[in-house]
Amino acid sequence: MAVVVVVAAVLVVSAALLALRRIEKGPSMLDRALGLDLLTASLVGAIAIEAAWSRRTETIPILVALSLVGFVGSVVISRFVAREPDGDGEVRSPEEVAAQARAADVPRGEQFGGDHPGESDEADGDRRERRNRS
Amino acid sequence: MTDVDAGFWTTVADTVAAVCLLAGAFLTFAAGVGTLRFPSLLARMHAVTKPQVLGLILGLTALALRVRNWSAVAMLVLVVIFQLATAPVGAHLVSRAGFRTGKVDETELQPNEMDPSSTDDPH
Repeated sequence: MAVVVVVAAVLVVSAALLALRRIEKGPSMLDRALGLDLLTASLVGAIAIEAAWSRRTETIPILVALSLVGFVGSVVISRFVAREPDGDGEVRSPEEVAAQARAADVPRGEQFGGDHPGESDEADGDRRERRNRS
Repeated sequence: MTDVDAGFWTTVADTVAAVCLLAGAFLTFAAGVGTLRFPSLLARMHAVTKPQVLGLILGLTALALRVRNWSAVAMLVLVVIFQLATAPVGAHLVSRAGFRTGKVDETELQPNEMDPSSTDDPH
């Protein structure tokens, strides 16, 4: 049983690392939602392996809670964050962020008095095209 | 390791539990590889669904065979029911959002039931 538990734990942990890699790569928020789903599934698997190894039943309520709450993240992302502006899926360097903030400063100050940083993204002209992987 | 009697059926249950545990962990790992390697959103979603349903059922079967406790088994059945109720909702919303934001290649869909020119109501 010890060998089985170690092999299963290694498989589940590497699945969680691959899911983290997908969350980091993107390219869209929906791919990150899928990575989050896989991370939750591997967390449930890890808890089940630990409980099966030590014959404990105290951790089973955690599984109930995770199976109920786990889908909320992907639902929220697909309802509210899926329609992202162009270029939002890319991780920018600090220099690019500073340049964009400088470029967005003027129209934001004129229109809203600096209250709506999200809206001022529309005025930015030189965004790169987001690549749809299909 | 075991404080229950080491009878024949205990050995059988532990062996079946080990096989189920390995199968569930392998499905989770396969989903991880598929999530990283598959090229499109829907293909990745297909891979992610494996440990969410079958992998979960296999892992919880192994857990039930190890603890052999009816109150624990009742809670594990509850976990499976909740997961079966929530996983399709999440997958449906993710795929619909992907379609509506243009992340799905419509030429790959045969037939394309979300096509607005089709006779069926797409919504």
